Amino acid sequence: MLETFIGKLSNPHEVFPYLYEPVSQQLIILSMFIFIIIGGVALVGGLTYFKKWGYLWREWIITVDHKRIAVMYFVVAFIMLFRGFVDAAMMRTQQALASGDSTGYLIPQHFDQIFTAHGVIMIFFVAMPLMFALFNIAVPLQIGARDVAFPFLNSLSFWLFVVGVVLANMSLLIGDFAHAGWLAYPPFSELAYSPSVGTDYYIWAVQISGLGSLLSGINFFVTIVKMRCPGMTLMKMPIFTWTVFFSCILIMASFPVLTVDLALLALDRYMDMHFFTTSYGGDQMMYVNLIWMWGHPEVYILVLPAFGIYSEIVATFSKKPLFGYTTMVWASGVITILSFLVWLHHFFTMGSGADVNAFFGIMTMIISIPTGVKLFNWIFTMYRGRITFTSPMYWMMGFFATFTIGGMTGVMLSVPGIDFQAHNSTFLVAHFHNVIIGGVVFGYFAGFTYWFPKMFGFRLNERLGKCAFWCWIIGFFVAFMPLYILGGMGMTRRLYHYDAATGFQPFLIVAAIGAAIIAVGVVFQVLQLIVSIKNRHKEGYRDVTGDPWNGRTLEWATSSPPAFYNFAHDPEVNCIDAFWYDKQKGLDVDNKPKIRTEPYHDIHMPKDTAMGFIISVFVLILGFAMVWHIWWLAIVGVICTIGSVIARACNYDIDYYVKASTVEAIETKHQQEIAGAKL
Amino acid sequence: MSATPMVNDHHTHHFDGSKNVFGFWIYIMTDCILFATLFAVYAVLHSHTYGGPHGKELFSLPFVLTETMILLTSSFSYGLAMLARNTGNKNIVIGWLWLTFFLGLSFISMEIYEFHAMYVEGNTWATSAFLSSFFTLVSTHGLHVSMGLIWMLTLIYQINKHGITAVTKTKLTCLGLFWHFLDIVWIFVFSVVYLMGAI
Repeated sequence: MLETFIGKLSNPHEVFPYLYEPVSQQLIILSMFIFIIIGGVALVGGLTYFKKWGYLWREWIITVDHKRIAVMYFVVAFIMLFRGFVDAAMMRTQQALASGDSTGYLIPQHFDQIFTAHGVIMIFFVAMPLMFALFNIAVPLQIGARDVAFPFLNSLSFWLFVVGVVLANMSLLIGDFAHAGWLAYPPFSELAYSPSVGTDYYIWAVQISGLGSLLSGINFFVTIVKMRCPGMTLMKMPIFTWTVFFSCILIMASFPVLTVDLALLALDRYMDMHFFTTSYGGDQMMYVNLIWMWGHPEVYILVLPAFGIYSEIVATFSKKPLFGYTTMVWASGVITILSFLVWLHHFFTMGSGADVNAFFGIMTMIISIPTGVKLFNWIFTMYRGRITFTSPMYWMMGFFATFTIGGMTGVMLSVPGIDFQAHNSTFLVAHFHNVIIGGVVFGYFAGFTYWFPKMFGFRLNERLGKCAFWCWIIGFFVAFMPLYILGGMGMTRRLYHYDAATGFQPFLIVAAIGAAIIAVGVVFQVLQLIVSIKNRHKEGYRDVTGDPWNGRTLEWATSSPPAFYNFAHDPEVNCIDAFWYDKQKGLDVDNKPKIRTEPYHDIHMPKDTAMGFIISVFVLILGFAMVWHIWWLAIVGVICTIGSVIARACNYDIDYYVKASTVEAIETKHQQEIAGAKL
Repeated sequence: MSATPMVNDHHTHHFDGSKNVFGFWIYIMTDCILFATLFAVYAVLHSHTYGGPHGKELFSLPFVLTETMILLTSSFSYGLAMLARNTGNKNIVIGWLWLTFFLGLSFISMEIYEFHAMYVEGNTWATSAFLSSFFTLVSTHGLHVSMGLIWMLTLIYQINKHGITAVTKTKLTCLGLFWHFLDIVWIFVFSVVYLMGAI
């Protein structure tokens, strides 16, 4: 009876599994609870004490401004980065301890949930939102647009992503999380072997945030195609915008496959279907094929924008146009196409035969060619440039070394014969962390540092940034080089416990020390933020010009942070890096293009709306109800979601005009600030 | 960098539907990939009957042909609504939309009837991998059509309230793209699932 009303919530074994676990585990969970409660109380108390709830609602939650959405993506992504990093530290500690007689400090089911959560969180709730944050802050400004093509959709995408985050983290408090690895391979993720709610949390969290990602992909694609400023033809676009363009193509072509694959797994679990079950004709390898048809392009969805960031940074800080702009564009295009032709290299051991494996092996090797082109382009851009060694440049040069090693081990793994030996070993784990940390994470950190002044109007502390960099890169090599060796010694990934005779332990202790060094880097990053915020009005931090790096592209042509309408007048360009050449013409010593004399116009802008947030709340209710099998609540969730979408569709009062006088007031104030700073 | 006539366009064109239509096209392409994946899954699993019935024993071609003709007719009547849209007479537009709606509803009713008949005979989605993929593919299309029907109702309401404006015209175009797209998907369902299954 109770089950009808509250579903699986009526079963204490499901809701509070940790009550039935050893005391050692309960202590770990208890400390996590205390951490969450203190954090939650501090947050809610702080907002109430400083009377910031209204501010939070008006200025952030209901905003459709791409610059503010970017900031919110960053905030959530960094919180999740902390969570994902804690997971990583717990795994490293467990493996460093669990040799021979010792079984470490975790029980197997916790260890399994932790490595699953680590992968899911780092890809879906750290890398993806960091990427969308960078899309949001840079793309509309780079192409001289007022906002994205569909500002409301942008807000909805963000809040759907937050729903995914909430569902994934709710599993810390009630129920458990998936234990089947970050891609939840069946049959292990099927009901027969994973009966708890963990896999359902996984399915709904990834599915809902994936929907947000797909909508964002469409949004930015349309923005780039339809909203470039006058004169900006495709081959005059900033290179970061080009990589976002290709990344969006990959999102649009691959995320529907993920949606279907997860939906089929859900149907197996919820409706007793047999897509991937061990009986009734199910086919487990079809799941694996489909998930990697999304998963491999996903790698390039993440890394292409990082390549774009490096391209912007290297040109800006070498004070030279990017070497080989055209080849850079085509290399990105080739990677986009090839990334759909390599998915099978994730499971050469499936047994699809020598011919098929050879094809996918060769395609995988070919991808290293356009990537090599890019690397040489960056190096040639630096050649004979007047290089400023800022922290973004540090991240970039760290990337050169790290990514090249990761790329080489990738080519090794692309040989099916080698892959049969290294498959599922820590060699593979070392390889993909090598490319994802070295390529994606370093790139996003570089982009964060580079565009930070654009978001907030002040720079980050350089010295602490460089300290963070050195800790990260040294920590990275100390943590992951041992994993290459361990892979060679035959250590499989996701290993909970091993025999002392294997000789794994010394290497795993070194790897744990590496993770600790990275942790010091994270501390430096937090310090960097605190110190910079504290000194934001001081010389060396504050930037009133809007162009702190002597930039080349349009985002630096407006104030920092830009007014909500971005540009008072639509920019117009006639070449790549038009802003740079405008400055070279010496129109104004302040790096600003000519002082305007034209009158200001009314500007057409979208209205803020709470609907993105409201729809997402209903989707959260739906997701929660589905995870816990509360069918009536799920129906309520569906009806409310559809109802709120209809309410939004029937609302025609969604835009307004900013008066020319308002624009003039804002612009005049900005001009006075620049003049004041000069005095 | 100067004020160009493009800037002034912001004043004269209050609503620029071209972004919406282009964006909707792109959305449809992603939906196309979603269906393509489901078709691939069906292609892999259609022989995995696990001792259960094959398509040949389950499908009634005359019934499905009727369904198909009803859906095709609804696409035609939607086209007539679009023609009427250009003349600006909202009552005629709404009239064709209602006809399209009832044709779509008939299609969905027939589909539910077919599913129900299979279910009561014991051939459910839990019978075999083949039937899982059959029910999933066909009902994903059905779910899309149902969403289209809800959309059509809200659009009838909006046109009734606001008349034929730039905004409602764009919305009609988008729903039209969606509706015709679902027709094309159904042609593939009819050919790949029913015709090839019945052979």
